[in-house]
Amino acid sequence: MRRRWLAAVAITMASVLGLAGCGGSGGGATASPQATGGGEKKQVEVFSWWTGPGEADGLKAMREIFEKQNPNYTFFDAAVAGGSGDKAKALLQSKLQADTPPDTFQGHAGAELQGYIKAGDLEDLNSLYDELKLKDVFPSQLIDQISVDGKIYSVPVNIHRSNVLWFNPKLLKDAGIAAAPKSVDEFIADLGKVKAKGKIPLSIGSEWTVVHLMESVLLGSLGTDAYNALFKPGANWGSPEVKKALESFKTIMSYAGDPQDDWQPAAKQVADGEAAFNVMGDWAYGYFHNPPDGGLGKKSKEDFDWAPSPGTEGTYLWLSDSFTLPKGAKNRDGAIAWLKVAASKEGQDAFNPKKGSIPARKDADQSLYTDYLADALKDWSSNKLAGSIQHGVSVNQPWLASITEAVGLFIGSKDVAALQKGLADAATANAQ
Amino acid sequence: MRRARTWLPGLLLVTPSIIAIGVFVYGMLGWNFRLAMTDKHDEVSEGKFVGLKNFVDIWDLPRWHLSVQHAIMFTLVFVLGALVLGWFLAFLMEKGIRGEGTFRAIYLFPMAISFVATGIVWRWLMNSGMEQRAVGLNRLFDWIGLPQWQWFRDPDWGMAAMALPAVWQMSGYVMALFLAGFRGVPEELREAARVDGCNEWGVYRYVVLPMLRPVTLSALIILGHISLKVFDLIVAVSGKQIITDVPAVFMWVAVFDSHDPAKGATIASYIVLSVAVFVIPYLIWSVRKERRS
Repeated sequence: MRRRWLAAVAITMASVLGLAGCGGSGGGATASPQATGGGEKKQVEVFSWWTGPGEADGLKAMREIFEKQNPNYTFFDAAVAGGSGDKAKALLQSKLQADTPPDTFQGHAGAELQGYIKAGDLEDLNSLYDELKLKDVFPSQLIDQISVDGKIYSVPVNIHRSNVLWFNPKLLKDAGIAAAPKSVDEFIADLGKVKAKGKIPLSIGSEWTVVHLMESVLLGSLGTDAYNALFKPGANWGSPEVKKALESFKTIMSYAGDPQDDWQPAAKQVADGEAAFNVMGDWAYGYFHNPPDGGLGKKSKEDFDWAPSPGTEGTYLWLSDSFTLPKGAKNRDGAIAWLKVAASKEGQDAFNPKKGSIPARKDADQSLYTDYLADALKDWSSNKLAGSIQHGVSVNQPWLASITEAVGLFIGSKDVAALQKGLADAATANAQ
Repeated sequence: MRRARTWLPGLLLVTPSIIAIGVFVYGMLGWNFRLAMTDKHDEVSEGKFVGLKNFVDIWDLPRWHLSVQHAIMFTLVFVLGALVLGWFLAFLMEKGIRGEGTFRAIYLFPMAISFVATGIVWRWLMNSGMEQRAVGLNRLFDWIGLPQWQWFRDPDWGMAAMALPAVWQMSGYVMALFLAGFRGVPEELREAARVDGCNEWGVYRYVVLPMLRPVTLSALIILGHISLKVFDLIVAVSGKQIITDVPAVFMWVAVFDSHDPAKGATIASYIVLSVAVFVIPYLIWSVRKERRS
């Protein structure tokens, strides 16, 4: 009898310990960055989704500068893989809700951060901007578009362009198209010419690339000011102008090829001469141009070429990766030291040529940026700015989710009226 | 005291799991239902009690209708496909194929793979490229002269295609269930039927199949609840696109993209309820059966 008792107690204890062990391991994983630091060196946990070729190299270059300038800190790379940060953002949210934020995290500059700001997760960085005189080195339109009630919550490290039309020059020549289309109507005519030649007029990827295309069509059809006004309170998404833009979008989509798995295979169709056009952000340049280890090793201007997407010349539809200062960060000083590197000319010039983007600062070393990036840098300092939808500048996360939903339903139904209503509802529900 | 000695050790033994299940399963379920009945439509608001409003409102969303339709089509194709294929494989095995052990292992292997790995392989197999751009199954079909398909990108039948990897993965398991069922039918019964002049088809129709009813029911429950909760397979094959949206994916989008906890909890509740529709009758049935025996 006693042995049975003992056995029962032993098993009970073992299972309780097992449970405690399970609970413990979860906490252990989050605590480990601090624990591995050791000695007097303090860790700075930098959370990003830069794990791919190019971007990870850029992060490493910035990290080296950081560690050289701050010998008393070590850099802990808490990167989570996954394009445009889907999985990273889900993990980040659970960290923030558990009040164990990383010391600094990556986020798209602009409205995407609104949720974090509203939840009181972020410290504003106005004092840092004043200390480093950042308002003088970033374009003033950029400062305007990332300010919330006069406060700035993140340091933009790079600038990408969303409104780029990539095309295959040979296919265009075969179809008798002399130059990249300058307006949405020209674009539609050109798509028809390519179709007559039996090639895919426009390559397309998964659902988000369709939202990406839509923002370029909206900008091209409405013009910069009307586009920017869409994201102001009381904007009219039900207007006939928006309707016209969406009708064009529908026509353009009717020329799209079979949807590919993601943006890369869609871009590849252009480089391989299967498709004539593709609208994608300028990260596609690195993919086209880089040697065949993460890239396609294609020749620019020969295998592929670019232009601002139709009707958007003179406007930079921008998006930016930025770093933040979460409230309650364990190593706040370390995080600020990182932000200073991320904001510096040296840091940005080390990061961006590798990532394939341009610095947000106006005083970048122009000699580092060649080919496409030289064009981009020139346009960045002279163009008007408009914020991307898909990439978190103009709309916050819930708004983007509603837009994505409306576009996703549209892909199935091809119903412009329902799309416009979906977009209008999304704006009334989410605009602040 | 003596009495306590008989039941106390047993109780102590199961107490930790009762507590753990109570907190982490039923406690969380309750918490989820409570959240679903509030208006906590962003992370920061308090959330007032609104009753069943969210449960009613969700039917106004076109996306919800679509994801429910998708889930139904996926469930029908997956459950029926896996049952029929699993039954057929078990039937062949039962007829005494040489090297049965090897075949059994081969058919069971897919179950050891996670849905995510299956999904990634099938994403390539079911690539919708056609003609020169065909890869995977379309390439094969092109080669042997069969028509090529859009697979999961087909606006009407996409979810039926999406169920194929799931059928591939689970039919071996169903086969194992049925094989055990077949083996559980005593040879004497079959012989008796044959003596009574029953042909081989009749033996299956009137003797074996009725005796397989409990196995079929278990298989139905297991497949049904997997199917209604399916998430990982869909995300691995197509990501969170509307064209293959199901309630579980919609729930993920509601919580992590729309930042709407109440909506996510509402969808989660509907998923639990839909699974309960399957499971509860089964539980009642098995409890009754136990009592009878």
